[in-house]
Amino acid sequence: MPDYPKPAWDFHGGLHIDGHKSESLATPLREAKIPASLTLPLQQHIGLAAEPVVQVGDEVLKGQLIARASDYVSANLHAPTSGRVTEIAERPIAHPSGLSAQCVVIQSDGQDRWTELPEPIADFREADPADLRERLRWAGIVGLGGAVFPTNVKTNTTGRTVDTLIINAAECEPYITCDDRLMRDHPGDVIDGALILQHIVSAARVLIGIEDNKPEAIAALQADIDTRGLDEVKLVVVPSKYPSGGEKQLIYLLTGIEVPSRGLPLEVGILCQNVATSAAIADAVLRGRPLISRIVTLTGKGIRQPGNLRVTIGTPIRDLVEEMGGYTGQAHRLIMGGPMMGFALGSDELPVVKGSNCFIAASREEIPDPLAASPCIRCGECVKVCPAQLLPQQLYWYARSRDFDKTQDHSLFDCIECGCCAYVCPANIPLVHYYRFAKTEIWAGERERGKADHARRRHEFHEARLKRLEEERQARLRKKKEALGKKSAAGGDPKKAAIEAAMKRVAAKKAAQGQEPSPEQARDQEKEA
Amino acid sequence: MLSAILTLALLAGVFGLLLGYAAVRFRVEGDPIVDQIDALLPQTQCGQCSYPGCRPYAEAIAAGEAEINRCPPGGEAGMIALADLLGRDPVPLEDEEAAAKPKSVAYIREPECIGCTLCIQACPVDAILGAAKQMHTVIEDECTGCELCIPPCPVECIDMIAIRDTPETWRWPYPDRKPWLQEAGDA
Repeated sequence: MPDYPKPAWDFHGGLHIDGHKSESLATPLREAKIPASLTLPLQQHIGLAAEPVVQVGDEVLKGQLIARASDYVSANLHAPTSGRVTEIAERPIAHPSGLSAQCVVIQSDGQDRWTELPEPIADFREADPADLRERLRWAGIVGLGGAVFPTNVKTNTTGRTVDTLIINAAECEPYITCDDRLMRDHPGDVIDGALILQHIVSAARVLIGIEDNKPEAIAALQADIDTRGLDEVKLVVVPSKYPSGGEKQLIYLLTGIEVPSRGLPLEVGILCQNVATSAAIADAVLRGRPLISRIVTLTGKGIRQPGNLRVTIGTPIRDLVEEMGGYTGQAHRLIMGGPMMGFALGSDELPVVKGSNCFIAASREEIPDPLAASPCIRCGECVKVCPAQLLPQQLYWYARSRDFDKTQDHSLFDCIECGCCAYVCPANIPLVHYYRFAKTEIWAGERERGKADHARRRHEFHEARLKRLEEERQARLRKKKEALGKKSAAGGDPKKAAIEAAMKRVAAKKAAQGQEPSPEQARDQEKEA
Repeated sequence: MLSAILTLALLAGVFGLLLGYAAVRFRVEGDPIVDQIDALLPQTQCGQCSYPGCRPYAEAIAAGEAEINRCPPGGEAGMIALADLLGRDPVPLEDEEAAAKPKSVAYIREPECIGCTLCIQACPVDAILGAAKQMHTVIEDECTGCELCIPPCPVECIDMIAIRDTPETWRWPYPDRKPWLQEAGDA
């Protein structure tokens, strides 16, 4: 590995923890088998769930659109293989809540036939950035580093200029090696994607931030950059320290620029994308392929042959475990994501989604059950390690007492939930759990307030409508009265006039009858009298 | 002596004019405290407080005629928010049973609906769609769960259905209370 200069900047806090990366890097990348049945949640991204455009019973081809983005912030979903749609129903998904969500279930026909794909845009440098972004939108590309934010939305730089594009290759969380594997095996795709992104946002330079614990990946990327002779693309090797792959942390490491609190990197002229996203972009633009597969790490002492697999999205986790030789007797917990930020899954029948980067079948020793928490002694260890420079002990205090205004005063939403504070806490307090609790409570409160305001407006409208109807009724009555009044205006008193009019009518009637009464009528009149 | 009286009289006159002008120029329409109270109420317009809607209840609270514990949909959190705003002491909710009910929306069993429009007239937020002798239905997103449509329905075809959590609306549970917390008698 050639010498790379040490970055001039270092973010606050962070942890030096054992990487556990070698376990899953011992075996080469393999293609996972396409399962008989694939379950595709309609929401695998941030934003609104996609709207299905297929019906139960439809035959679909690999790469065919099966659900359309329902909003600006939403993402398309494509059939990962050919087959038949057997169900569009609620299925359990990989989510900390363990709840179910709408999914499209496809029964594979085993032929894996491609649909007609859009033309590749080989000469992307000549293409209109808007067309390229439209291609990303079509391909359903979302941030594959874990945030799953729609990439075509993130690359919308309207009104802002991007000076630096950062490709996040840090992969700082222990156990996860899918990005490392991708860079070793397909460095060209990563660089292609980076160049496409650079063209889309017209960035002056591209920085690839990578931790120094991935020498093979660094060599592979550097070789690709050198053979292409790219001057504007620079590899920046950063020391391995968790969480250097946090967006704001990596930006600071590479440029010394701090992204403002609750702000976006775009505000400081930076766009950050993960390497796997970059490779998916290359696939969509240069080969016209939608995002229907990804590389997933399967590791932990509970898995017989840890390694990386290219997985069709929608594959049940259990199939992947079987592909890796099955469970060892030590498997105690199944975790999606890394040991620091991931969450435990209740079942291995859940499907792989776009955001699944790693599954850990952890043994009891690797990820022990949490110990009972003891009181906070305010030692300040958490403050020392917080990469967002927050006061975790204060946030904990306020979250515990449900004082959500105070948590926001202490910048709760700048917390990236990296878990450093909980890792070092000598009292075993589940700090991140408290922050997640507080965040979801605050969001729920905002939703409720929004609903209340909406109901208030509707109620006010309802009241106004009732009032208007009543006024209209009164107006009609008044008009009728006035009309009556006008008729009788000539006769003075309306009552008298009405009586007079009635008497006149009777008299007229009588007169008419008196002129030529028939014999029968005369008899009747006599009877009445 | 005289000059002092004159000065004071002059000052009083000037300030009087200023205040008089300010009272006209910066006149506040309505009672801002009522708006603040109304903003804290859940706007279900359910009338469980015995006032015909959230705003009348807010007006009654502002006038000191009503306690702050009569809003079951607002729950304890709502009561505490009112107590904070008004500087009053928190009081236990009047109807804790109603407050403990899960948030729900009305649902009309459509085959049974006779199209009488009584529920439409009862709905305070116009969340029910329909016409005379036509089937009615509740617009779920607009329903506040006030239950006002239930008593007028002559065929009892309206159910209250609890709103289910989805992965988007799900909230992380409060971290488990650990033994030391209970020992300390901590909440």
